[in-house]
Amino acid sequence: MNTIQTQNDIVEDFKVLEGDLEMTLNYLMELGEALEALEEKHKIDENIVKGCQSKVWLTCTKKDDKIIYKGDSNTAITKGLLSILIKIFNNKTSDEIIKTDLFFINEIGLNRFIGTQRSNGLESMEKKIKLLAVTV
Amino acid sequence: MDNFPLKKIRNDFPILNSKINKHQLVYFDNAATTQKPKAVIDGISNYYKNYNANIHRGIHTLAEKATEEFEQTRSIVKDFIGASSEKEIIFTRGTTEGLNLIASSLGKFYFKEGDEIIISEMEHHSNIVPWQMIANENKLELKVIEVSSEGEIDINHFESLISEKTKLVSLVYISNTLGTINPVDKIIDKCSRNNILTVIDGAQSSAHKKINVKKLNCDFYVFSAHKMYGPTGVGVVYGKEKILEKMPPYMGGGEMIKDVSFSETTYNDLPYKFEAGTPNIGDVIGFKEAINYIQNIGRENIESYEMSLKKYTEEAIHKIDGIKIIGTSKNKIGIFSFTTKNVHYYDLGLLLDAKGIALRTGHHCTQPLMDKFKLEGTVRLSMAMYNSAEEVDFFVESISKLLRR
Repeated sequence: MNTIQTQNDIVEDFKVLEGDLEMTLNYLMELGEALEALEEKHKIDENIVKGCQSKVWLTCTKKDDKIIYKGDSNTAITKGLLSILIKIFNNKTSDEIIKTDLFFINEIGLNRFIGTQRSNGLESMEKKIKLLAVTV
Repeated sequence: MDNFPLKKIRNDFPILNSKINKHQLVYFDNAATTQKPKAVIDGISNYYKNYNANIHRGIHTLAEKATEEFEQTRSIVKDFIGASSEKEIIFTRGTTEGLNLIASSLGKFYFKEGDEIIISEMEHHSNIVPWQMIANENKLELKVIEVSSEGEIDINHFESLISEKTKLVSLVYISNTLGTINPVDKIIDKCSRNNILTVIDGAQSSAHKKINVKKLNCDFYVFSAHKMYGPTGVGVVYGKEKILEKMPPYMGGGEMIKDVSFSETTYNDLPYKFEAGTPNIGDVIGFKEAINYIQNIGRENIESYEMSLKKYTEEAIHKIDGIKIIGTSKNKIGIFSFTTKNVHYYDLGLLLDAKGIALRTGHHCTQPLMDKFKLEGTVRLSMAMYNSAEEVDFFVESISKLLRR
């Protein structure tokens, strides 16, 4: 699945929640819980995503031109947001990653649910993902 | 709690009827800012609709009316805090500007190299940074009173910090993070006997405690209108007249002068010497309505209702599994900072917002205090006179469910 298809799927999943804040937050937390764990040894300062109010760690490895991301956060809702990004960008080439435009955020209206600070944090995570894609 | 006119008061605050995220709003972020009664909103609107004009030098009818209302507020503020004269009441933008005004002006003449200033570990950043700034400029030393694990200042430590170099003590009356009511009377007494100036940060105390600056005998008392049901953008510096007379102006411009020429400027009398430029006229007038509103209900009545609601809340929060309250002094107001075992404060803030409950999360502009308690932040519930026991019950029920997840 390409990054556009994945984003379309995510938008569909959120539609079920009918814009209810409480259900949206709970869903985000469930997504976070399902994220593959990041080993403790990777939770170090150099893997921290700058610009997030909560702590977010992100690492990646490259396998046959495709990039695999792993990450974690100390807050459950942010971890859910991170898990969405990882779902979109995992197993893609760096070229595909840097060319991806994240339209799902506006289409869901996510900023309304997570507030300005977390929206900025989400942007920082996207930047870090794209930066890692070209430097790994 | 029974004879307090809670229902009437709640009706006076239009915003309290709002639905937030499909729930009835429960507003527990009062230490950040309180909501405004209709009288305040109407007071501001009435000024702009009917007598908007610049004050003091106008000779036309509107300017006269605006000046009269503005100066009447000064007089009402004077009575509200028990000051001796209107000359001691300076309007500012808020507590932060007030503390900066005092620090900056005193910094120009009062201190000499090596002098010491004492603050405490529980100060808001706005009662730390201005003193740090003038300490750097004038090579002064900033000394810090320790806070106990209960969240009380250590009086013995305070006394041990006093030396002949101590020139000023600036202390918060009620901590915005812990809710602790500090024994400022004891501290002011000690200072006045040693010729040390005292500054009291009254941002949190003015809505919740009856203040009499003459009885307190502090040299300065600083507070904001917006934390006591008034508009944002208005604050007050109270200062003893004899000290204010000696202090140089904070800002230069219109209003604060008597005569200006390119060779020399003479400054206006108190309090105008410290009020450069066109003030926030509409909001100052709105502030008058806030004080009148408080006075009509009666400060003793408010204090006694808030204390019983605090007691009720304290007992209810203590029963919730997995909550730790930061700031457990017996002498406190209805401000409850807490951490929870399994849920991060950011998540908790958002999840409670989804239930219509507004409270604050983070370091509350008291990072040194957070360091002291080895925390990054807390959730803070802070109450005002319009909060009810039912709201507390709803909060307890909601958070208990979230923590059981």
